[in-house]
Amino acid sequence: MSPKVGVITFPGTLDDVDAARAVRYSDSEAVPLWHADEDLHGVDAVVVPGGFSYGDYLRAGAIAAQAPVMRAVIDAARAGMPVLGICNGFQILCEAGLLPGALIRNASLRFICRDQWLRVENNTTVWTTRFEPDAEILIPMKNAEGCYVATDAVLDELEGAGRVLFRYVGDGPAQGNPNGALRDIAGICSADGRIAGLMPHPEHAIDPLTGPTDDGLGLFFSLRDWLTNSVTTVGA
Amino acid sequence: MARVAVDVVIKPEILDPQGKAILAALTRTGHPGVSSVRQGKHFDLEVDDSVSDADLEEIAGNLLANPVIESWTVTRLGRDGHHPEAALAAPEAAL
Repeated sequence: MSPKVGVITFPGTLDDVDAARAVRYSDSEAVPLWHADEDLHGVDAVVVPGGFSYGDYLRAGAIAAQAPVMRAVIDAARAGMPVLGICNGFQILCEAGLLPGALIRNASLRFICRDQWLRVENNTTVWTTRFEPDAEILIPMKNAEGCYVATDAVLDELEGAGRVLFRYVGDGPAQGNPNGALRDIAGICSADGRIAGLMPHPEHAIDPLTGPTDDGLGLFFSLRDWLTNSVTTVGA
Repeated sequence: MARVAVDVVIKPEILDPQGKAILAALTRTGHPGVSSVRQGKHFDLEVDDSVSDADLEEIAGNLLANPVIESWTVTRLGRDGHHPEAALAAPEAAL
């Protein structure tokens, strides 16, 4: 039986359709979740997709972090369920306290939309085992508030514990770090590697027909591997 | 009912590119004496008597501000919307 992966839609979410498609491409079942849902319909993992949520009033992701479905996601994530936040989803996970730090306005003050090279800094997590060590991947990014910030103590802890999952690579803002993110951080994960967030969009890079590469599929297949193995373990 | 003001500002150590852009505009428009601008948010709340100071701190710290990047102040205003201390100061000013 295919693993079930929930994909949340908030008012303003744009990338739920692509996220669900990426889940299906990785031979998992995509289960739509609505922001007002109070339970997760028995899913094995959740993707919090990008776009906007509640107009991003107050701060990007701040209102969504308080939505009924996020209360269920927070409880499930704290109990060990894998959760991936992409773009606005990353902002929501930070606002919800599931990941440390915050995303602020890009240093250039511009909305930036381009294909971006990233380095996979840790290929041992739920979301990254399909990547080679230090793999470099090319996936789209599109955001105005993608500048990752945290205190030096938090940044040191993230780096020391292998919790920087993706880093921008390339020279200068034209190719590399596009938004002033501290230590070139594009994505991070929880201590157990199950809760992950990144600003660029793996779900837009799953098929050369519609994206720059299919590099983004690596995250979704990594999840599928992990869910399949963990189900087997539980069954055995 | 009482009025409460919550002011939220970005912490000094966090980059504020919007403040920088405003500062650049002020410099261009003939105000070179302004040396720093930090952009923040101001919230006016109307609350009933059941809302304690601890509730207000929770409201400010859990939703209105993000403690990772912002700091905030909570100020209870008088029932007519004036700051109680300002109201106290007024007779003195009249002297």
